[in-house]
Amino acid sequence: MADTEHTDLASPKPAVASKVPKAPPPPPGPPDPAPPADVPVPDYIQALQSALPGAVTQVSYWVGDWTVIVATPRLLDVARHLRDTAGARFDYCSDVTAVDWLARAGERFDVVYCLYSTSLRMRVRMKTRVADGDSVPSVSGLWAAANWLEREAWDMFGIRFAGHPDLRRILMPDEWQGHPQRKDYPLEGPGELMLESPQDWLELRQSFKEAETE
Amino acid sequence: MEPDVARPMFDTDELVINMGPQHPATHGVLRIVLKLDGEKVVDADVVIGYLHRGVEKLSENRDWTQIVLLTDRLDYVASAAANLAYVETVEKLLSLEVPRRARYIRTILAELQRLASHLVWLGSHAMDIGAVTVFLYCLRERELILDLFEEYCGARLTYNSMRIGGLPQDLPPNWDKKVLQFCDIQMEKLVDYETLLTHNRIWLERTRNIGVISAADAVAVGLCGPPLRGSGVPRDVRKDEPYAAYAEMEFDVPVGANGDTYDRYLVRLEEMRQSVRIIRQALGGLPEGPVMSKVPRLIKPPAGETYHANESPKGEIGFFIASDGKSTSPYRLRVRPPSFCNLQALPRLVRGHLVADVIALIGTIDIVLGEVDR
Repeated sequence: MADTEHTDLASPKPAVASKVPKAPPPPPGPPDPAPPADVPVPDYIQALQSALPGAVTQVSYWVGDWTVIVATPRLLDVARHLRDTAGARFDYCSDVTAVDWLARAGERFDVVYCLYSTSLRMRVRMKTRVADGDSVPSVSGLWAAANWLEREAWDMFGIRFAGHPDLRRILMPDEWQGHPQRKDYPLEGPGELMLESPQDWLELRQSFKEAETE
Repeated sequence: MEPDVARPMFDTDELVINMGPQHPATHGVLRIVLKLDGEKVVDADVVIGYLHRGVEKLSENRDWTQIVLLTDRLDYVASAAANLAYVETVEKLLSLEVPRRARYIRTILAELQRLASHLVWLGSHAMDIGAVTVFLYCLRERELILDLFEEYCGARLTYNSMRIGGLPQDLPPNWDKKVLQFCDIQMEKLVDYETLLTHNRIWLERTRNIGVISAADAVAVGLCGPPLRGSGVPRDVRKDEPYAAYAEMEFDVPVGANGDTYDRYLVRLEEMRQSVRIIRQALGGLPEGPVMSKVPRLIKPPAGETYHANESPKGEIGFFIASDGKSTSPYRLRVRPPSFCNLQALPRLVRGHLVADVIALIGTIDIVLGEVDR
């Protein structure tokens, strides 16, 4: 720590210069610290825990943000409870995104929902863990706003949202292979050698063209 | 010759046409696949991603301080707003106190930026509908704001105007007087825009009852910023979750009544007046002191995640950042782009309207494709 604090101005910034040779090992997951003893857990989280026992596996508090970590099969129950219960009323879905914790054993991705209550003016984050290839129930039936946000999470991370009405790629081209925001996806793009087979790619392209002209 | 009665005179098949990606009224490279019945829009599919540059992926491979530059390129007509949202998120992760003077100057810059962005919106929106004069008027005033920014930070569009922990420099001498002069000019010119548009019959015909969305629908579909307030939801991040120096400012949050294009126009115009009001207050009460707090040269926030939202001219811009506490770049940086979330409502807005109204509706939600596609 001490030597990095006193970096010489003339030398280039260490993060840029040493990016390729020495990257720190990927962390196994977010710390998700439990709330300290002097910070009371808000009523809506307590109500959620008593209404749906076992659905919330962990409650975390960090720099003023509350996060509830939810078991994936109970996600829709928790989401509906948070949206509809008096005292919670999280009617506004600000954001749906994902984080790829590559080094975490088992469940690789965190799917993160940032919720806001327009009437009570408070925020909460809902998080669930999912393994590569597994799917998460789509919340687009509860918050229409989640439609495109979940499409982006599918496009960028390859997380399937079960029950999504229109799960297509949104930012990348339709025939793209791979999911760019994954940690094992190279920054410079797939390159020629990364293609599973260029022939497959061309055929895929052709089939999209034909589908479009039909 | 007898008409052929067996064949119907008009073909009633639905027609699918492409609007964009190269279309002057789509404000960038946006493609809309319209399904038409005659001139009526039956359905629309919005195709985006033409401007995707992978800002979020790039951020994972840049220094914390270098990312401010990337945020400039999100909403390139309001880059100071994105700068502010990003640096505040990192400050939240670092639990860093920002000097009061810096918070005031940030507020002034953010409000100047809001004026500049709303001027571009008003000009291009009016021009899309056919009022070319307003465009020239608006860009004339925006030029004055760009001059002010140029004097402050040397750039006219991509400002890089914020630093984690404060600001790159204090205000130049006499800058505050120039801003106050500009405020007077702007208030005067706002009357001119209103004279041209507010009671103009063509403007009323083209915007009233076009793209109506109820308050409940607007919240459900995730609209934010002026389109949400146009539907009557008094949601403004500056009021509800105050940041910078907004807690110390007095201003009103205008809301519409009908949720149509005209109301969204009125909301934005009133917001411009409120912005001038905030700038005058902030300049009047500008405290003395440093503009930069003590920040380590190498920024390494402790491990943890946070989401922080700001009110950009387009709506709620949020950053979700996960730090692993070890590397000098974020483990994950997510931008919650307001334009993206507002654009999602476009198919809902255009259904049942005419093709010409699609142009008005793209204008009214005020998108910048750099931010939609990132």
